Order: sequence, then structure tokens, then C-alpha cells
Amino acid sequence: MKLKTLVLAACTTAIVAGSASADLVFPLLDYRTGPYASGGIPFADGYADYLTLLQERDGGIGGEPIRQIPCETGYNTERGVECYESTKGEGALVYQPLSTGITYQLIPKVTADDIPMHTMGYGRTSASNGEVFSHVFNYPANYWDAASGIVNYLLEETGGDLEGKTIALVYHDSSFGAEPIRTLQALGEEHGFTVSLKAVSPPGNEQRSTWLEVRRERPDYVIMWGWGVQNSVAIQEAANIRFPMNNFYGVWWSGSENDVIPAGAGADGYRSVTFHGVGDDYPVYDDIQAHVVDAGLAAGAGDQIGTVLYNRGMYAAMLAAEAVKTAQEIHGVADITPAMMRDGMEALVIDEAKMEALGLPGFGPEFSVSCADHGGPGSSAMAEWDADTQTWSLISDFADPDKDVIGRLVMEDSLAYAAENNIPETRCE
Amino acid sequence: MLYREAGDYKTSYTDDAQTFPIKLDRWWYYAVVFVAFCIVPFVLTDYTVNAIMLPFLIFAIAALGLNILTGYCGQVSLGTGGFMAVGAYATYKLMTAFPDLNIFFIVILSGLITAIVGVLFGLPSLRIKGFYLAVATLAAQFFLVWLFNKVPWFYNNSASGQISAPERTIFGQAVTGPNAEPWVAYLFCLIFVFTLAWLTRNLTRGRIGRSWMAIRDMDIAAEIIGVNPLRTKLSAFAVSSFFIGISGSLFFAVYLGAAEVGEAFGIQKSFLVLFMVIIGGLGSIFGAFAGAAFMVLLPVFLKIFFVDTLGWPTDIAAHINFLIAGGLIVFFLIVEPHGLAALWRTVKEKLRLWPFPH
Amino acid sequence: MPIWLLNTLEVSINGLMTGVLYSLVALGFVLIFKSSGVFNYAQGVMALFAAQSLVGIQTGQVPFAHLINAITGLHVSRFGFDVPSILAIILTTLVMVVFAWVVVRVIMVRLVNQEPIILFMATIGLAYFMEGFGDLMWGAELKSLDVGLPSGGSFWIEDVTAQWAREGETYWGMYVDTLDIWATVIAVFLVAGLTIFAQYTKAGTAMRAVADDHQAALSVGISLNRIWIMVWSIAGFVALVAGIMWGAKSGVQFSLSLIALKALPVLMLGGFTSIPGAIVGGLIIGMGEKLFEFAIGAPFLGGATENWFAYVLALLFLVFRPQGLFGDKIIERV
Repeated sequence: MKLKTLVLAACTTAIVAGSASADLVFPLLDYRTGPYASGGIPFADGYADYLTLLQERDGGIGGEPIRQIPCETGYNTERGVECYESTKGEGALVYQPLSTGITYQLIPKVTADDIPMHTMGYGRTSASNGEVFSHVFNYPANYWDAASGIVNYLLEETGGDLEGKTIALVYHDSSFGAEPIRTLQALGEEHGFTVSLKAVSPPGNEQRSTWLEVRRERPDYVIMWGWGVQNSVAIQEAANIRFPMNNFYGVWWSGSENDVIPAGAGADGYRSVTFHGVGDDYPVYDDIQAHVVDAGLAAGAGDQIGTVLYNRGMYAAMLAAEAVKTAQEIHGVADITPAMMRDGMEALVIDEAKMEALGLPGFGPEFSVSCADHGGPGSSAMAEWDADTQTWSLISDFADPDKDVIGRLVMEDSLAYAAENNIPETRCE
Repeated sequence: MLYREAGDYKTSYTDDAQTFPIKLDRWWYYAVVFVAFCIVPFVLTDYTVNAIMLPFLIFAIAALGLNILTGYCGQVSLGTGGFMAVGAYATYKLMTAFPDLNIFFIVILSGLITAIVGVLFGLPSLRIKGFYLAVATLAAQFFLVWLFNKVPWFYNNSASGQISAPERTIFGQAVTGPNAEPWVAYLFCLIFVFTLAWLTRNLTRGRIGRSWMAIRDMDIAAEIIGVNPLRTKLSAFAVSSFFIGISGSLFFAVYLGAAEVGEAFGIQKSFLVLFMVIIGGLGSIFGAFAGAAFMVLLPVFLKIFFVDTLGWPTDIAAHINFLIAGGLIVFFLIVEPHGLAALWRTVKEKLRLWPFPH
Repeated sequence: MPIWLLNTLEVSINGLMTGVLYSLVALGFVLIFKSSGVFNYAQGVMALFAAQSLVGIQTGQVPFAHLINAITGLHVSRFGFDVPSILAIILTTLVMVVFAWVVVRVIMVRLVNQEPIILFMATIGLAYFMEGFGDLMWGAELKSLDVGLPSGGSFWIEDVTAQWAREGETYWGMYVDTLDIWATVIAVFLVAGLTIFAQYTKAGTAMRAVADDHQAALSVGISLNRIWIMVWSIAGFVALVAGIMWGAKSGVQFSLSLIALKALPVLMLGGFTSIPGAIVGGLIIGMGEKLFEFAIGAPFLGGATENWFAYVLALLFLVFRPQGLFGDKIIERV
């Protein structure tokens, strides 16, 4: 983008913002710098590009123009707080911080300020209990759904028999990495497999001892819960010890191009669970190319289109835009407030017809959100990496996780939070 | 002309030994305290409190603490982040274990717990000196972060591994939690800052402070003239950790509200606080405040300048932010290695003579 | 041999090789500390910057492309040609020499005779600066680095060692990464080269003289400036080698600069002023942390102990020998 136009745009937005915020404000809390920049950049590009597309092609949502306020967090919680405080007064509709740390800070704050927050595939898993977490949404899937999704896939592949098998969990030694442990252990009791835990010291440049351990123990499957440099090193090491890639499964944050390309041909066959489609074979990308990239309005270099994390960012923006439309329908006004946005998110319905109309046929599962259920169905599919063609492809359909086990864990954790913070669970009655 | 000491006669030792011997300084100090306590709370917004005031006040406490250890006692420490984590987790455990205990006492208790931990990790300082000690304190940093992450007891076995501060009140006003009014949180921190700064000033000009400085200037010589290095060094570690524990406690409970140890209390925190102390000026209370203000305000100003004013893409602004922050640090060290406090002293000297050059 | 012994051996060997990689980073610290008394925290960021530059030159990236595009509205990203690895390494070395010149000229000269802590802080400032500069110049996204070094497990060693296990025990053979073997070989050559340079060349002798005593060196006509530029250049080259080794393992991105933190315990153990100390310290730390994780950390403590164990090991060691393994004896006078 030209600097001059940017300056002009900034000035005009400043003037507009000064007079009245009669537009739909989307704060972009992204990180293009810092330790996780390589993951943050494509996500931020996708999110911004989709909003720019709506603005350029449709003139906004429901006739109401869109205003984006980018704010760099650098994956740093204090910067995240600063970004939140500096944007919330602008009429920010929904926050999507893409950082579990920032999410936890914002959960009480957004609830008090009556602004919704959407943490898609990350954040606090038990926030899917809408009774307790009124302003936090994590549809369509969360960490525990991912763990269950992987186990379900394994069950299907082995014909329902995981009895006596061993699954090693190689995880980022932080609260993010520890998320799936309880789910996997609960599922292990049910299906008779044992979970062997392998913590990796962050950031994970050096994982030799972990993989020597894996090599010694020879687990049947390895599940990885990583982010950033840990992923590519782990895949490289797994390839080096000749662990069969088809038995190596990653969470969705361990399944982008960034993670597999450094390992080269060795990564062929690596699998990662996902809650949305892969590749750039969707009509919406032609629009993005025509209205955004070719017009010189792309948020980044325009070279990330169709990568996994770009798609995820775009999907997040798409769900936010759909929620805006829903809110506009409910309240009958185009210029919605954050509180109306929350109602829109709570009544969001995504079906195949809608996705088809948006140019994203079959991109994600069909789902609906309700007052009590902010988590959606948690459906996930499995993607596999092909090192020759350098593409991900889906090798299974979207399938539901084991809601019995996850629902129990969600209730347990959210009720503990409710008790600690004196939140009544009667909101939806 | 305006700033002078002529005509400011002292008639007693107490007068001579006061913190601000010059009348103008004293009035200036009273004015700052008055403004901070009685005027600022009325003009605060959410943004100024959460993005500027709270981090400034809390880091000022941490910088004061590290200044005691590094500036007054000469022991370089890179374990600040770890000790802040001790304060934060102690607060969380106390808050959830004793819901009725006043938050004010919880913060102080957390400081005391941190002091004990600090003394433990200060023990090697009796043998190890200089950079070896600086690197050795990193052992505390990494070990504590690992420990708080690994043992579920510290975060009450919650599935998320995060700690979050429930709401606690003083005189019916919420201090922690999302419903805390900005001015309450500000005043709560300000009281700690004021008291601790006052405490530092009076510790450092008394017997303990003098023995710290003796150890800093030359530990063997100090030992020969009868300063007990064991007691002196460990007392510096204890007091410093007490301060840092309080700042960690406030950082978690009042400022962030939720924290994860690796992210909030990682090694960057240790470096950040050390930066504040050095940029501000080693061995100076004003320096701790100046350093904290500089390091907290710099990124905010740069962001406002590049992104909001010039409208540059946020990532370029963030890179340039690093560039400028690093460049400024080097620049300051070259211009005035003894920090902002020394600059301030020079300015005062100049002002005393102004407008006559001699 | 019983299986546990083989496993221990495997872990030890891998630890030693990781230790070599730690030593490579530590070596850069020692060179600069010895000659100028500067504890150069920026060493890790230098490795990152060197690796970024290498990849950038190799793939023909336009430096500052993002900034240029933002200011002028152009869309430049690549020159459209690839540079062969060897040439790229030479060019990157030149970049590091220029960098050394700038650092000495702009920073070090002006901070002569300051306290060590001030110098240390200045290098942290330098590290921040370099981080922003490198990202601005080459972009912050992940890049993969390939200069043609082989990687992957060595089949030969695996096959040979597979027979060592007792009859009836299944054993896969010992795992050794060929990249690690190469790194070890290169490190050996690097240290040998440095030693020869320091012992048998005029510049090397001058370097040692400066390390011994600045003032005495000045008084016999050695230019401190020149020597410092030389030492910083060599440290830059060592950083490049370290950057290549680590970059080949993990790709080039921000976390690469954090390897500096793995080198600090090595320095404590080996002593800040000793090149053999950096090597031996690296080996001890590498082996120590891997064995601890293998024997105690993973089975009893929940794993991921490596980050702190290296520091605690060095700390315990220092309590008994405060100047490190090979450091200069600390003599204090009143």
C-alpha cells in the first residue's frame, strides 16, 4: 500500500473517528513480529484481506462500511492489553487476539465491557459453556475437540481398536501444550490406550532428548501440540529417526506450511487435524485476487494466499462478518454495537448454502451457536501433507468429536471458574 | 535564578540530612505527591491506567527492588522475572485459599514469601561474583518458571494452567478483577509505590544501606572494616526480592488479571527491569522511576507516532520500534553511562548557575 | 552390552554433539570478552542476522523490500537469481565484517573504560537494534536454510551398533545425526584454525597481546581499533557458522537468537576467557543436560528440564570454582 494513501487514509479515519464511529470497527490484534511472527503473519493477512474484500467488493457489510484498526501485539500480553484499551473505545465489535495468553487477560475485561471475543481453535476451552462465559466464543472447535478428533480418526483407521496401543504426546511445555493431556487421558481410559507425555522446553530449538526417547519407546502414534519453531524441529527430528509420518499427528497449530517445508521430503505424509478447508481452490480466492491483491490493497506481500494459516485467518474474518449480518438481521440496524454483535454471534448459523454463496463451498462444518453452547460441534477433519506437490489435502470428512468426554471436562472447568468468580449459571434460562 | 540554594539556611542536623535539602526541590516533591494522589485519580481513563500508569507504577517498584540489589549492593541479577512470578503465584494461592483475607495483606505476604525465595537464590552470591553471578541468577529464572508450569498445585489444578485473579475489594471498592475502577487500581498501586520508595530512601541512607554500598564498592575492603558480607548480601537479596515480589503480585492481580508463567514472567522481564535500572541510573531512586517511565512510555509513543500519526504498517512500525529502542539505549549509554538520574543531576547543576555561567 | 548401557551411551554421544553446537555459540562470546572485556549479549542475534543474510543473499531477496514497497508503492521482493552457497557464505562474511566495523566504530570506541555492566547493557541495546534491523531488512517470516549439508540419522552407525546389544534384546542401533557429525567436524576445523591464527600469525599475536593487557598492547604500537574490528569480525564469522548449523536444524526465524541463552551456562562453566573452556564447557553441559533428562528429568520430574538444568549444573560447579573451569584465577586486592 502506498504510504501516501495510507497517511491519507489514517488522517481521514482519524477525522471520521473524531466525529462519529458510524461504521463497523474490527480491531486487528495481530503479530507480525516476535517469536511467533511466522505463524502470525499469514493469519493476519487472511483476516485483513477478507475484510478488505468485503469493503471493496460489497462496500462493507449490509451497506455499512468496515474500518480496520491494526495493532501489533508481538504475542506479548502487555502489548495486547495496550491494544485492547486503545481500540475498545472506537466501537470495536469483536476481538480475536490469536494468543492464548492475551485471551485469558481479556476474558474478564470483555465481559465487563460488553464486547464479544472469538477465539477460534485456541484460548480457554471451557469458554464453550456459554452459561458461564457470556462474551467468549470458541466455535467451531477447540483444543479438546482436536484431541478427540485425532483419537477418533485413529479409532476409525484401526477399526475401533486402540486397546494396548501407546500414544506419545509431544507438547510445548506451557499451558497451551498441556491442554490436551486430560482429554487424552480420559479417552485413554475409555479406549484402553496409554498416553506417554513428552514435554519439550520452549521454544524448542533443541529436542534431541525427546526424540531419542520416542525412538526408544517406539509408541504407536505420536501427537504433537506445538507452535512456532517447535513444530518444524519436531517434524525434522521425527523424519530423522524415521518415525513413520503417517503415525505422526499434529494439532491445527502444528499443521501449516511453515512447519513441514523445512523438513523437506522427510515430512511427506505428516498429518494434522483441521477445522476448515485447505488449499486455494475456492471461488472466494478469485475475488480476493481481483479486488484486493491486484488492486494493491493486500495486507501482506500477497504471497500467503491459500496457505493453512491464511485460510484460518480468512475463515475467522468470514465468521465474524456472518455474525455481523446475523446481528443486523436480529436488531434491524446496519450500524451495530458490540452488544448487538454478541447477540449475532450467539445466533450464528453456518450452513452449506451460506458457505456456497460466500464462495467457500464445503470450507468448514455446518454448525449453529446457541446461548448455552458457544463452542459449536467441534468437528474436525484430517489433512495430510504431500511433499512432492507441496500441498495439504483433506483425507477425511468433517466428523464430530466425543462430546460425552469433552462435555464433562468443559463443565468441570467452567464451573470451577464460575465458583471462583461468583458467576451465576442461569443466564440462558 | 529560580533554582538556588542561597538563602536556604539550615539550623539543625535534621534539616541538613533531609532528603531534599533545597527548598525548591522540596516544594516540587510535595507538588508531585499532591498531584499524584489528589488530582491524577480524577482525570484517569481506562487507557491511561491500563496502558501507562499501572505498568509504570508496577515496574517502578520492580526497578526500585533491583536497584537495591544491583545499584546499591552491586550484585547483578537476571532473575527478576522469576521472582516476580513467585510474587504472582503466591498472591494467587493466598487469594484462593483465604478468600476473606484483605488483598492489601495478601500483596505484602506475597512480598515476604518472595523475599524468602530470594534469599535462597542469593546464597551463591557469597561465592560467585560479577557476570558469573548474573548468569547464575538465570538459574533461578529458568527453574522457577519451569516449576510453576510443572506443578499443578500452583495453579490449583486448573485444566488451563493459567492463573486468574478473582475480584477482591477494599472498603467496598473492587481492586482486582474486571470491575475495578481505574482510579482504585491506580491508587492501590500508588500507595505501594510511595511507601516503598520512602522505605528505600530511608534504608539506603541508614546503616544497612551504607553496608550495601560498602560491599558494592569493594567487598573485601568492606569485610575488613567489619561489614558482614553474608548478612549484607542476603539482606540486599531479601529486601530486593520483597520489592520485586510485591511488583509481581500487583502485576498479576491488579494489572493483568490473568497470567501464564512462561509468557508473563519470562526472561524478557528480567532484562526489561535491568534496563530500567541502568537507563535510569544505578543507585538512584529517581533513576528507578525515570527508567520505568522511559521503558514503559517509549513503545507507546513510538506506536502513536508511527502507526497513528504517520499511518505506517504496524509490522514496519514494530521493527522500527525495536530499532529505535535499541538505538536509544546505546545512545543513552554513550552520552551518559550513569543514566537519566545523572543527566538530571547535570541539569540541576546547570540550573543552579543559570543564567550566570560561573 | 545391556540395553540401558547402550541407551546411556547413545544419549551421551548425542549430548556431546549438541554440546559442540552450544560451544560454537559460546566461542563467539569468549573471543569478544577476551579481547575487549565486553560480554556480548548480541551474539545470538548476530547468529540470527548472519543466517538471515545468508538465506537472503542465497535466494536473491531484495533487502528492505517491505519498507521500500511501503514508501514507494513498488512491488519488489526478489532480484530473480540465486547465488551459489559458497559465494553467499563469502558475501555474508563480508556483511559481518562491515557490521563489526560499524559496531566498533560507533559503539565500542565511545564506551572504552566503562564499567562491564554498562558495556553489557550496550550489547543488549545492540541486540534489540539488530533484531529490528534484520527483520526489516530480510522480513520476519520463517525461511529454510540449505547450504547442502547432509542431515538425518546415520545408517552405518545404526547398523554397526545394532549388533552390540545382548542376544534376545531388541535394539535399533545407535542414533547419530549426520548433521551433528558435520557440525563437529566443522567446529574442530574452526577451533584449529582459530588456534593457528592466534598462535602463528602477526595479527593473532597482536590479538593475544590485546587480550592480555590493553595498555601494554597500545604502548607497543598495536591499534586497539583494528584488533577489535578483527575480533568482532571473527565473532561474526563464528556466529555465521553457528547460524548455519542451527538454521539447518530449525529454519531461520526469531527463536534462533535464543540459542545465546544455551551458551551462557557453557560460559559460566568454562570461564569467560578461555577458548578450550568454551569447548569443554559445551561438551559437559550438552552431555549433562541430556543425561539428566534421560535419567531423572523425563522419568521423575515431568520432563523439559533442559532449560534450567544447564544453569543449575553450572551454578553448582561455580560454587566450588568461582572462575569456571579454565577461567583466569580471580585475584582481588584491596
